[in-house]
Amino acid sequence: MGWTGKIGWVLVLGLLLVALWAPRLAPHDIQAQDLAARLQPPSRAHPMGRDEFGRDVLSRLLYGARVSLRVGLLVVAICASVGTIIGALAGYYGGWTDRLISGFLFNTFLAFPGILLALAMIAFLGPSVNHLILALSIIGWVSYARLIRGQVLKVKELDFVQAARAMGASDARILLRHVLPNVVQPLIVQATLGVAGAVLAEASLSFLGLGVQEPMPSWGKMLDSGRAYLTTAPHLVLFPGLAIAVTVLAFNLAGDGLNEWLNPQRPRR
Amino acid sequence: MDGITGILLRRLLLVIPVLWAVVTLVFLLLHLVPGDPVLAFLGETATPEQVAEMRHRFGLDRPLLEQYANYWKQVLRGDLGVTFVDRRPVAEKILSRYPATLQLAVAALLVAVLIAIPLGVTAARHHGGIRDAVASVMALLGIALPNFALGPLLILLFSVKLGLLPPSGFGDPAHLILPALTLGAALAAILTRLVRTSVLEELHQDYVKTARAKGLNERTVLYRHVLRNSLIPVVTIVGLQFGVLLGGAIITERIFNWPGIGTLTIEAIAARDYPLVQGCLLVIALTYIVVNTATDLLYRVLDPRIKVE
Repeated sequence: MGWTGKIGWVLVLGLLLVALWAPRLAPHDIQAQDLAARLQPPSRAHPMGRDEFGRDVLSRLLYGARVSLRVGLLVVAICASVGTIIGALAGYYGGWTDRLISGFLFNTFLAFPGILLALAMIAFLGPSVNHLILALSIIGWVSYARLIRGQVLKVKELDFVQAARAMGASDARILLRHVLPNVVQPLIVQATLGVAGAVLAEASLSFLGLGVQEPMPSWGKMLDSGRAYLTTAPHLVLFPGLAIAVTVLAFNLAGDGLNEWLNPQRPRR
Repeated sequence: MDGITGILLRRLLLVIPVLWAVVTLVFLLLHLVPGDPVLAFLGETATPEQVAEMRHRFGLDRPLLEQYANYWKQVLRGDLGVTFVDRRPVAEKILSRYPATLQLAVAALLVAVLIAIPLGVTAARHHGGIRDAVASVMALLGIALPNFALGPLLILLFSVKLGLLPPSGFGDPAHLILPALTLGAALAAILTRLVRTSVLEELHQDYVKTARAKGLNERTVLYRHVLRNSLIPVVTIVGLQFGVLLGGAIITERIFNWPGIGTLTIEAIAARDYPLVQGCLLVIALTYIVVNTATDLLYRVLDPRIKVE
């Protein structure tokens, strides 16, 4: 793996540890308000300053990592599972199943800008983390299904699959034991890159007030409320923005690095 | 039917089921509202009479299938109903905001192309060198930095610190610069990578060797021969990304108080004005479908080797 990929994985690991240990790492209570010290710039006691309620920005940022990564990882897990099942069925059975799935379902879901569909669902269902995860999963599975369908189409024609079929193996056995293990590599790459997309989508929707709700801290929401104090307390925008950028960058680098490592012959994106 | 007309017609036919699905989905969204959309709008203080009157006024007391049929009739007439809040036509409200969004999206597209082509070509020409690395880092930053972080940072730099550009507003060309830069940055990043890869691939083709052997200078080879061929995939991505721009415009408009359809959508969501939300979503989705289909058709005309799947 190239050095950028390695940096990506180190950052990903770091972020996961931060999310896991947020309660231990956070120097202050994330709810503790101190209106007398509102909008305080970074200091020794509060390295990232305080927000409009005098709460510690660093602590809230650490807890925000939990929300971001939880949503990111859950959405990707759901999308990858659903996408794998649907994509494998379309690719393996072909015919009408495939025409319905890839011809109609894929085109319909891709006809919307993803973020818009998520926004629409949350607007009507009401904002909450669970609705956010549901909405992002509903728009996200298609890309995994397309990937898996393409891979299965290739693998199912290979000799060892034909041999298994000739020996009388059932469809379920062929799919689970022979086909799917051979399409897992690109799936892992796409899932790693997918976490970046899901984290970004969560932050975008939370920024619009449609994602994570108070009192839970979220980077997108912190950025939104910080905008009002751009001239007096730019740290309220700077640090959450940086956190999102580093996370997205980390998963992108990690995914690209993994892709390069698994497919050394393929040119870089 | 043979030839390009047949291909184009078949591609247009593929749009019909998608249009049906989009309209149906937008119709069904209203029935996703937990409880009752009218109750959610009026709040708990509303009397049963008020609720009943409003349900009747908006046809929500009819059977679902009848509501669905009526919705289709309305949409086909270009009528998107009236708003909950002031009972004015939804289509009228959207039309008054639509040009601002279109203006922003087109400006962002221009910004992206103007940044990406020179940057991508330079990176490819100096492949592996310092300029290539700088372009790659800029592209990565553009992808990683979301527009809702970039927007405030640009305001901080160009409006607050340097005092060069207005932080928000609408009307002057100066008002357009920061929003267009914010919305176009991610696309510029994607396009830079694409132009770089595409130009690198083309540079190894035989016709480039021929052009160089003829004694053409490097600039002519690059801009007259290589770039022209490299731009086919770029055209497609630009078209496909236009829809993403429309999605991103919602956030950018909120940052800069831009009076477009994105701001209208967010205002409608906040007011629980569901018919207005439905109208906004439908119009954005239709724009997306039209631009995507047009791009696809254009691509097929540019490169007739592509078949309808």
